[in-house]
Amino acid sequence: MSTLVFLEHHGDELLKSSLGVLSKAASLGDDVAGVVIGLNVRGLADEAGKYGAAKVYVADDAQLEAPLPQPRVDVLAQLVRDQSIPTVLFANSVLSADVAAGLAARLDAGLNWDLVDIVQEDGKLVGKRPALQDTVYVDVGWTSEPRLALFRSGSFDPSETGGSAEVEDLQVSLEAFSTGARMVDQAHEESSGPSIEDAEVIVAGGRGLGGPENFTLVEELAKALGGAVGATRAVVDAGWYPYSTQVGQTGKTVAPKLYIACGISGAIQHKVGMQSSGVIVAINKDPNAPIFEFADLGVVGDVHNVVPKLTELVKARKS
Amino acid sequence: MKPADYAPPFDARDYVAAPTDPDDERIEVGVLIVGAGPAGLACAIRLGQLLEAAPEVRERLGEVPVAVLEKGKQPGSHLLSGAVVNPRALRRLFKGRKRIDEMPFHGPVEHESVYYLTPRRALRIPTPPTMKNDGNYVASLSQLARWLAEQAEAGGAMILPETSAVKLLAADGRVRGVRTGDKGRGREAEPLGNFEPGADLVARVTVLAEGTQGHLTGVALNRFGLAGENPQVWALGVKEVWKVARPLDRVIHTMGWPLRGASKYREFGGSFIYPMGEDMVTLGMVVGLDYRDVELSVHDLLQELKTHPLVRKLLDGGERVAWGAKTIPEGGFLSLPKQLHAPGLLICGDGAGLVNVPALKGIHYAIESGSLAAEAAFGALQRGQTPSTPGTLAVYDEALRQSFVWKDLQEVRNMRQAFGRGFWLGGALAGAMTATKGHFPPGSTRTERDSEQELIRTDRAQSYPAADGKLTFDKLSSVFAAGNKTRDDQPNHIVIRRDVPPELARMWERMCPAQVYEATGNGVDITPSNCVQCGAITAKGGRLTPPEGGSGPEYTVT
Amino acid sequence: MKIAVCVKQVPEGSRRIDPETKRLDRSGEGTLNPFDANAVEEALRLKDAGGEGEVVLVSMGPPKAQDALRKALAMGADRAVLVSDDGAAGADLVATSSALAKALEREGADLILFGQQANDSDGAVLWAAVADRLRLPVVSQAAEVTHADGKLTVKRQTEFGYDVIEAPTPAVIAVSDAINEPRYPSLKGIMGAKSKPQETVSLADLGADGLESRTEIYALNDPPARGDSMKVEDDGNAAQAVVDFLAEKRLV
Repeated sequence: MSTLVFLEHHGDELLKSSLGVLSKAASLGDDVAGVVIGLNVRGLADEAGKYGAAKVYVADDAQLEAPLPQPRVDVLAQLVRDQSIPTVLFANSVLSADVAAGLAARLDAGLNWDLVDIVQEDGKLVGKRPALQDTVYVDVGWTSEPRLALFRSGSFDPSETGGSAEVEDLQVSLEAFSTGARMVDQAHEESSGPSIEDAEVIVAGGRGLGGPENFTLVEELAKALGGAVGATRAVVDAGWYPYSTQVGQTGKTVAPKLYIACGISGAIQHKVGMQSSGVIVAINKDPNAPIFEFADLGVVGDVHNVVPKLTELVKARKS
Repeated sequence: MKPADYAPPFDARDYVAAPTDPDDERIEVGVLIVGAGPAGLACAIRLGQLLEAAPEVRERLGEVPVAVLEKGKQPGSHLLSGAVVNPRALRRLFKGRKRIDEMPFHGPVEHESVYYLTPRRALRIPTPPTMKNDGNYVASLSQLARWLAEQAEAGGAMILPETSAVKLLAADGRVRGVRTGDKGRGREAEPLGNFEPGADLVARVTVLAEGTQGHLTGVALNRFGLAGENPQVWALGVKEVWKVARPLDRVIHTMGWPLRGASKYREFGGSFIYPMGEDMVTLGMVVGLDYRDVELSVHDLLQELKTHPLVRKLLDGGERVAWGAKTIPEGGFLSLPKQLHAPGLLICGDGAGLVNVPALKGIHYAIESGSLAAEAAFGALQRGQTPSTPGTLAVYDEALRQSFVWKDLQEVRNMRQAFGRGFWLGGALAGAMTATKGHFPPGSTRTERDSEQELIRTDRAQSYPAADGKLTFDKLSSVFAAGNKTRDDQPNHIVIRRDVPPELARMWERMCPAQVYEATGNGVDITPSNCVQCGAITAKGGRLTPPEGGSGPEYTVT
Repeated sequence: MKIAVCVKQVPEGSRRIDPETKRLDRSGEGTLNPFDANAVEEALRLKDAGGEGEVVLVSMGPPKAQDALRKALAMGADRAVLVSDDGAAGADLVATSSALAKALEREGADLILFGQQANDSDGAVLWAAVADRLRLPVVSQAAEVTHADGKLTVKRQTEFGYDVIEAPTPAVIAVSDAINEPRYPSLKGIMGAKSKPQETVSLADLGADGLESRTEIYALNDPPARGDSMKVEDDGNAAQAVVDFLAEKRLV
């Protein structure tokens, strides 16, 4: 096997971002294996086969039940050493980042992180890493094997190949210090909507809404799209919406698949916080608003007319 | 209608107080300097030199003989100037210690040109004698101050950055020190979880070296009745630093376009374009704040200037790397305070108004006045005098009057006021003044406050170029380039009337290079966190007070 | 409790990448990584809650990084150790974690704290590598930390909610920026910081010479251009146009 993908799961599902990395690895034409680590996770191996894994290693053990990084480092280190795996890929998450970095230290292996793509160039693997608020793309590489890479969440879409994977069980043997940290409680409430950092869709409102009461337009569209609500500094400053939703230089930096800007002019401070979004739609009545310069679709129109109609159409489509 | 009709709800007396912290909680230093600019740092360096040679005096000043307060993130964070520096005062300050070639200059001025611009052409005119720069050096004032701060610290001064001085501590008719600003207050001034109250900082001598529009300097002039006969007037300078493809081989000044010459507009100013080594150029636009047109925006005039063939050519293939704005006191000799000391207090540098407008220089006066303030304070302490006894520090005023600073300023005393009469007449008068060393025209020319000018409105905004993000920029991109990190949710630090007529709201909106003001139709809205503390609002009908220490721009190469 | 806080100096103001070295230009002025202030704050609170102990800053960077450390000393940390060595310039995760681990071994702290990320590289991984080298338990994204009877209780925030994790000391914890509001240094704190011990050590001092990075930088490129942008005027049907556009992009 030339490439191993760490497949993270939550509940009884593999994370989409992990499957995306798996699909990407398969598209590079290598033999790709996945690894699933947890308790009662063997069933997930089949799922991985559908997304391009020729083989899935399974470490199934009660000591691996809690989503903690260090036991996973132990399992991976042994696997990578035993199988002389040259490349290990991860999709970023709180857990995966800790696993990747721990593994890098354990194996003295190079880790490139925050990558958005990986390509073969002249027989070399080259990672693509955006830097300085995504104004520069840096080509990065590795000087030795194994090579570890951690991708931004959502960098790749999973694509089903319909294949099936050979499953191999792993023996689990853990370091003493790896079991020092113990999970004593997990409170995983299902919140009413995704938080702004995790949301795949963000609908954001700016001063063009005219007043705090009009944020309901934004909220309803966000709800219809299953997304979160964002706000500009101007409206947060004006007290229309809470700071926790502020997108921009002094707020959160977000990169959802879809960003809908309602009544936002697109000041540079706002732009730096959302310019990595996949698709940007802007609705603003000022045809000269700077946001139209970097929106994929710009609507010159009144948010008070366009947004409610849009919400209705989205709802109609979903039902 | 004039801005002065809508005076801000500001009373200088609110910013003078007796020390309130209990004796054992007060922080005591020997000499307290407010402001880590060229004046304050020169004062600290000179004191270090004098105290080094007089350990017994140093001993008497306690654990911290010299402290320098700085409201910016670090020394230089809030400094911006052209700058072509006359090295005279630095030579004296560092005599036998440092050579000019050890200072962070971008080289001596080798060639210089002055142009009169029309919209399409640049007419080379002879360099006016006051503007000759032989023997002077190009510098970034922000860089120079960081170097001076290192020298001051090496000489034993303690520099305290991110600390604003908000109140003058005075009791029994003498200055005792300053109270530093609170940190961690919310929008309504409510203490937040990490609230850290300011402290009483008391000293034997307090030196105000706050620079242009000094907050406590204004308070002190009022408290001790030090203001001169003529009010101070200011200009607003907006500048950019560019990385360029080809080196610039000379210092350039321009007059004329995009400013209008007719006297009714009162548009006095010009531009500067200086080389900073092989690969950088700094350029700026300076306009007197006695202008009248509500549509005038120095930020946009600078953008317009860059579209002139002369300037566009220099910047072609380059990239803007920094931006900033600052006011300059322009009243000159006639607007100086009548006295620059009070019991326990000395005032120096731009805060005192020590700027030579026709020569476009003030940094060497700041350094010289800071050095003289140090010598005055040290002299009193060495003689065992109490600096807070009235008259003890008068030696500072005497020394300043004996110095080249005074002589220079006297010779050009009427120059700025003359330009209120329009570009050509002003120019002719200025020439005559130079030739007669200030004796012509006879008598003082009265000055009106910048806020006393009646507002007019013209279509001048029509020619401002649209921002293209390469050569020309909008104000918000500029604020971003200033590295401004003012916390969004701190109390508003800009004192203005909000219920002003549309013309005044519009004037502030255009005037402010950092897009702090927005005319709303029935008044003005403000975004204080955009503020780069240039001070223009204080000249034009409002009052800037210091925000939380550490706020504002983070200039590094301006 | 003795607490070590790993902090970093980051460049101040607008940042650029040096086209020669292809690394972040660190020649300008530096400042304390703002995320590290949360870690320093948490260390000070834990020390106060425990009634005694020491807070030591451990950093790696150019010699002038001591200036940035002074800000953390002004907040109340007791002393600082800076690993500064030409051989450490441009070190990657593997090399940096190795040198830091050596410096931390020397300190033998009960708790090692990190901030959640460095604002100059967006990286959020160093602590796990350091913990592995020190063979200590690690917990990241801590939104709450308490210490009692030699045991740490950490509330961790993940994509899915909150976990409560216990770990024995010594341990490595990376705190999130939601954990606290860092204090402002008091004026007395700023003045006192100037006389606190600030040590600079070389890699040889730590027995960590010959650091080797395992990653490299090939080239700097412009970001990929976004597709052409479209603009429509609302004639009453713009909402439909948006939905069609989103459907085409498979976003609804």
